[in-house]
Amino acid sequence: MDTLYKTDVLRLAAQATGAGKLADATKSITVDNPLCGDRVTFDVRMDADGKIAAVGHTVKGCVLCQASASVIGANAKGENAASLGAIRESLKAMLKQGAPAPAGAWATLVTFAPVSGHKSRHECLLLPFEAVIQAAT
Amino acid sequence: MNAPLRAFDVEAIRAQFPILRTLVHGKVPLHYLDNAATAQVPDAVLDAMRAHDELRRANVKRGVHALAEAATDAYAAARTKVAQYVNAREDREVIFTSGTTGAINLVAHAFGATLKAGDEIVLSGLEHHSNLVPWQLLRERTGVKLRFLGVTEDGRIDTGDLDELVSERCKLIAVTHVSNVTGAITDVAAVVRAARTVGARVMLDGAQRASHGPVDVQGLGIDFYALSSHKMFGPSGVGALWGRAEVLAALPPFLGGGEMIRTVTLEKSTWADIPARFEAGTPPITQAVGMGAAVDWLAQVDTAAAAAHTGHLAARVLDGLRAIGGANKRVRVIGPQTMERRYPVIAFAVDGAHPHDICQILDSHGVALRGGHHCAQPFHESRGLAGTTRASLALYNNAADVDAFLSGLDDALTKLT
Repeated sequence: MDTLYKTDVLRLAAQATGAGKLADATKSITVDNPLCGDRVTFDVRMDADGKIAAVGHTVKGCVLCQASASVIGANAKGENAASLGAIRESLKAMLKQGAPAPAGAWATLVTFAPVSGHKSRHECLLLPFEAVIQAAT
Repeated sequence: MNAPLRAFDVEAIRAQFPILRTLVHGKVPLHYLDNAATAQVPDAVLDAMRAHDELRRANVKRGVHALAEAATDAYAAARTKVAQYVNAREDREVIFTSGTTGAINLVAHAFGATLKAGDEIVLSGLEHHSNLVPWQLLRERTGVKLRFLGVTEDGRIDTGDLDELVSERCKLIAVTHVSNVTGAITDVAAVVRAARTVGARVMLDGAQRASHGPVDVQGLGIDFYALSSHKMFGPSGVGALWGRAEVLAALPPFLGGGEMIRTVTLEKSTWADIPARFEAGTPPITQAVGMGAAVDWLAQVDTAAAAAHTGHLAARVLDGLRAIGGANKRVRVIGPQTMERRYPVIAFAVDGAHPHDICQILDSHGVALRGGHHCAQPFHESRGLAGTTRASLALYNNAADVDAFLSGLDDALTKLT
């Protein structure tokens, strides 16, 4: 539905925060959505404490996928694989059970609440999380 | 396909498809342009399946009670109808399968069992994964070599490669009859000529062709033809493999189980004649009856007039895409640019707009499209594309469907680019 393409979602995608290759990445992971062929690459540089110091992403995907990667690009610094996993589960719960969006820095994810009624698009939002979590692991 | 539009009563056709009267999201008329994925079902097919389950439901073969005999007769009649639709010499040349994928896997296993390491199979870079992955699996089992015909700039299988690729080691050429991405019709005569020079068999994936009117397997001169009911206005869960009788009769079974045997002992079994040899277990009986009703329904349609009708609409789609794309050509049709030697399956790419976003916005206009790689990932990757958006037409589509598509696409591109 058109509600998926609200200005907020389009703006997040256009901002493309963190887009691009990370020159000094410690790990890079590419994941594919076999159903549609979308591909997301996340480069991650970890600090000495095992937290993310910087990310870069390359998205060959839809607006939702781009917007999701952009939210991660803006907020991933200081997170680790476990905390990102928890945020992914919160996003899943919002999409699948109508749970509230995560609080704090990740509150922007509430922008994706209208996607909950479109099961076929959930993976578009989750694919970038899969990539960044694998890269941070 | 470029014949002038003859009288074709599309509204009379549409009236036979109840789903076309539904509202999408409860408010906008349905404009169904996803026919290459699955076509809709007319009353005649729905009625036939309901009547079968109400009046003749039973397992087929072996039963002696009245319902079993009636069900067996209905199943046999469905086979006859499909055999006539593809112009088979004999009914036993038609094997009911789960669909085109099931049919191709049957060939890959049964015919594949006769091959050895070093034998070659020629495919193309335009194939649906269903006509690629089964052969990759066969390669892993037996060591056969796969070779690939190229694809021309306008999305056709390049038969100019045949002389180079078809060697004495080639045992099979397996290609699509009509592309599920570009709609292009394969030059089957060239394929058959090349195969015959080396004694190779030919299999066509007919999934996209069979919905557009009767097929002449004898005229095509091929050995195997695979098709799906759900793309030809019948139910899902059933399809067929046509195979030349003498070729099928020489092949071992694929799946083992009830109905496909002659005798069974604890030590060994012997096999039934075709087609039973390849129909292990209880077949999709009601679905086969529905498929028979679908080909009956298709057989009474003036398919030449229907082709002129859909060709006319598809030409409007092509013109509309060019107009929306504008001078900077941000909309590119992936495949033939005209309706010459093609069917109304039209894939396109838009600079700066993802197929799923386009499809989602078009859905709000009631227009059903498909976005993605359409199970033809190698072809899309060869064009540097993750996916395309595809509009595919059937004989029940009308001018309102095309108008809704073009205006919806205009809206989508305004929002997305």
